[in-house]
Amino acid sequence: MKADPVIHLTQTAALGLGGISKRFGSFSALRDIELAVHKGEFVCLLGPSGCGKTTLLRIIAGLDSADTGRITMHGKDVTHLPPAKRDYGIVFQSYALFPNLTVTQNIAYGLKGRRQDQRQRVTELLSLIDLAGIEDRYPNQLSGGQQQRVALARALATSPGLLLLDEPLSALDARVREHLRREIRSLQQRLGITTIMVTHDQEEALTMADRIVVMNHGVIEQIGTPEDIYARPQSRFVAEFVGRANWLPGVVEAGHCVRTGDVSLQLPDSAAVKTGDAVQLFIRPEAISIEARWQGGRNAVLAQLISQELLGGFCRLTLSVPAMGNLNLIADVSRPTLAQLRLDQGQRLPLTLSPAALRVFTDEAAA
Amino acid sequence: MSLSLRVWSGRQPRARTDKVAALLTWLSALVLLVFLALPLLAMLGKALRDKSDQFVGLANFAGLFTPRFVFLLGNSLSVAVISTLVVVPLAFVFAAALTRTCMPGRPVFRMLALIPLLAPSLLPGISLIYLFGNQGLLKSWFAAAGISIYGPWGIVLGEMFYTFPHALMILLTALALADARLYEAATALGAGRMRQFATVTLPSVRYGLISAAMLVFTLVMTDFGVPTIVGGRYDVLAVEIYKQVIGQQNFGRGAVYGICLLLPAVLSWVLDRHVQRKQQAMLSARAQPLQPKRQPLRDALALLVCVVIALWLLGMLGVSVAAAFIKQWPYNLSLTLAHFDFDNMDGGGWQAWRNSLRLAGGAALVGGVVAFIGAYWVEKTRAAPLGRATINMLAILPMAVPGLVLGLGYIFFFNAPGNPLNVLYGTMALLVLCTVVHYYSTAHLTALTALKQLDGEFEYVAASLQVPFWTTLRRVTLPICLPAVLDIARYYFVSGMTTLSAVIFLYTPDTVLSAVAVLNMDDAGDTAAAAAMASLIVATSVAVCLVFGGVSWWALRRTQRWRLR
Ligand SMILES: Nc1ncnc2c1ncn2[C@@H]1O[C@H](COP(=O)(O)OP(=O)(O)OP(=O)(O)O)[C@@H](O)[C@H]1O
Ligand SMILES: [Mg+2]
Repeated sequence: MKADPVIHLTQTAALGLGGISKRFGSFSALRDIELAVHKGEFVCLLGPSGCGKTTLLRIIAGLDSADTGRITMHGKDVTHLPPAKRDYGIVFQSYALFPNLTVTQNIAYGLKGRRQDQRQRVTELLSLIDLAGIEDRYPNQLSGGQQQRVALARALATSPGLLLLDEPLSALDARVREHLRREIRSLQQRLGITTIMVTHDQEEALTMADRIVVMNHGVIEQIGTPEDIYARPQSRFVAEFVGRANWLPGVVEAGHCVRTGDVSLQLPDSAAVKTGDAVQLFIRPEAISIEARWQGGRNAVLAQLISQELLGGFCRLTLSVPAMGNLNLIADVSRPTLAQLRLDQGQRLPLTLSPAALRVFTDEAAA
Repeated sequence: MSLSLRVWSGRQPRARTDKVAALLTWLSALVLLVFLALPLLAMLGKALRDKSDQFVGLANFAGLFTPRFVFLLGNSLSVAVISTLVVVPLAFVFAAALTRTCMPGRPVFRMLALIPLLAPSLLPGISLIYLFGNQGLLKSWFAAAGISIYGPWGIVLGEMFYTFPHALMILLTALALADARLYEAATALGAGRMRQFATVTLPSVRYGLISAAMLVFTLVMTDFGVPTIVGGRYDVLAVEIYKQVIGQQNFGRGAVYGICLLLPAVLSWVLDRHVQRKQQAMLSARAQPLQPKRQPLRDALALLVCVVIALWLLGMLGVSVAAAFIKQWPYNLSLTLAHFDFDNMDGGGWQAWRNSLRLAGGAALVGGVVAFIGAYWVEKTRAAPLGRATINMLAILPMAVPGLVLGLGYIFFFNAPGNPLNVLYGTMALLVLCTVVHYYSTAHLTALTALKQLDGEFEYVAASLQVPFWTTLRRVTLPICLPAVLDIARYYFVSGMTTLSAVIFLYTPDTVLSAVAVLNMDDAGDTAAAAAMASLIVATSVAVCLVFGGVSWWALRRTQRWRLR
């Protein structure tokens, strides 16, 4: 599924939100939310705790009502429709499986029609979620991951046009979570079902979503593909919340450069800045390249190794740059690179902050 | 894509289910409005009218400034305060022994302590008369102290029996909430036993103590079973209401006194709600249950206290039961069944017992359904917000309304000439509804607690699957809550068997009840028959509790298989 770069609130969007706001008393939980989700798209609502993700999902589901704004599904205005008149399936964080019903009965809960058809449909769904053979068990006889998948099957049973997931994986341990991420994603792609998933786990959002909606304090900070969000964050908040970031304060000089400390760094061509502006330069830890020996060149500086920390497949170095007023930077290097570098505590290392990897922020906005 | 996107038809438009829910919610609210709110209002209105139903403003309230009223109020307050001061510490010690020691036989003691709940409050009075009355077995004990059982001491002794299990249940809950971590912390900080009691135990149960004290005080203030039997000339407010209304047909005066009983009850109820909220706030989710450790000396002492109290409770019950089978206490101790020959005595005969069974059965059935459904609307649906608020508010009101006051309200409301509901007056149906309302609060709270334990998202899932609420109620909510529903039904049954205060104003010769028969037979001087009938009530309650226990066990085994892992 390829995402359109420009999204309009069109008649064709599987789900359209226009100007959604919600207050709880004097507290503003959502402000002016605009979003269009395409048919078959997997969208993640990502944000820190309390930013309003669940509230937004509940408004889409019709479990809460927005104070202002419009909700459309396939062009149809559903703003004032009760939940049962909207066409969606939902999986809650708690799964909310009916404890006194068997797996079969849970999955068939929303099915109408002949018993035989229901049975066949349940079998179909169970094989779809890879759980054939547990038909007659009760929910408390299932593992967390199995319960999760049964809840998913129940939500999908009636073939809804929209699937809503509220932190569906947060109650599971890391390994199961990773496995289910892939499974849910491939299931979603096979069914082509439009899906909105709430999460506060950036890794989950980056690996699963077609597009990510980053939220903070009730407003949308950025909407974009995982690549957009990670590589081209549009606000300081997004840059900080998704992945790790280094920040270098500086002033724009002539020649499309920024002076930070004693160093003048070349900017990417795309950056639109005025000479004399105070800016913050942003670079991801893995975008900092470390050389075995000084070669000079554009945006190369010398740094001193302060500490190193092994994080599984890669290593996180904490560095201090004397020429930038002892500014601390973090850099991620792969293990093979690390082995080549043969580092010692306090050793001096040449770094390159390549222009293409730099982004310039003036105040809040990205340039 | 391997799956066909079939549309599963037959969807229920939500608008319709919403309308149904709203309608039914209002129906539940209507039951409470008609059978609780309106009768109470009628009683308040009656306080403003004289014997010939002329509006007299506040004239009836002048009765509150007579020496007679001050005398009555003083008496009521005295016995209520003394009973509270005696019962609460006793119940506290008993509850602490059950929850905080390792003494043997705790479940048995717990069960024995609840025995008084199965008896009408007339029973302890009767037993006291057999023990310490004019022909009493132990008459000399009281005579030696120069006091008579007919009076405040008799009332206090009887009320102790009647209120003990009520206080105990509250204190058991309060003590069960102990957080072991607090005691561990106190021990680690070197606090001694006394210090731990003062700094950990007391603060954590003080709300329970306040609630228990309030409850006992209110129960004694408003009870009229014990004082009618052993009060002698020591008149109290509750008995006076009965006399004014039944004896002198002075409804206005009765209503005014009723309001006076309502006041302390409502006051303590408001205080109690406040206190309960605090208690809940204290309960941390991560509290660790306390596992009492073995301490031979303390456990032995606790056992001693519990044995004494249990023997006293059993003794009080036993005296009435024994008297029921003894020819002529204390002169001819041979056994007989003659006292059970109710049909040849005044008071209502076996018909009274059968009526009580009908009332209790009806209350169990109607109350079980009405209370559970009412709580369901409040907790699980979103239609008719005003209707739900009405239910929520009225449901807890009966706790603050003494039975006598409710009964009075029923006379005034349902016996009013212009009221179309007049047809209910004097019927068993009205007695059933009165009982359902009288004990509604406990039933409602039990149902609410059970419903709150269900995931609040079940209803949302069902809505997203376009399944109407009644299907989820039938397939999920009700089956899971079955144990609570059975509890409620049992509670209603036992209450229906023993109830007296509200129904005393409402029965007719056709609908006379066994507790009323006890009262009438005692009035007629037939104390042995009264004891026999009271014992029969206890026996029936016990039998029904056992049957309910059996049925619950069987039903749970069949329907709660999913609870097993
Ligand atoms: N019913 C309510 N009344 C008052 N405030 C509410 C209510 N529901 C949510 N809020 C507030 O709205 C804000 C957003 O809540 P929401 O549950 O949407 O957060 P979230 O992004 O899902 O967070 P989390 O990741 O912790 O689930 C929070 O500050 C919350 O306290
Ligand atoms: Mg949330």
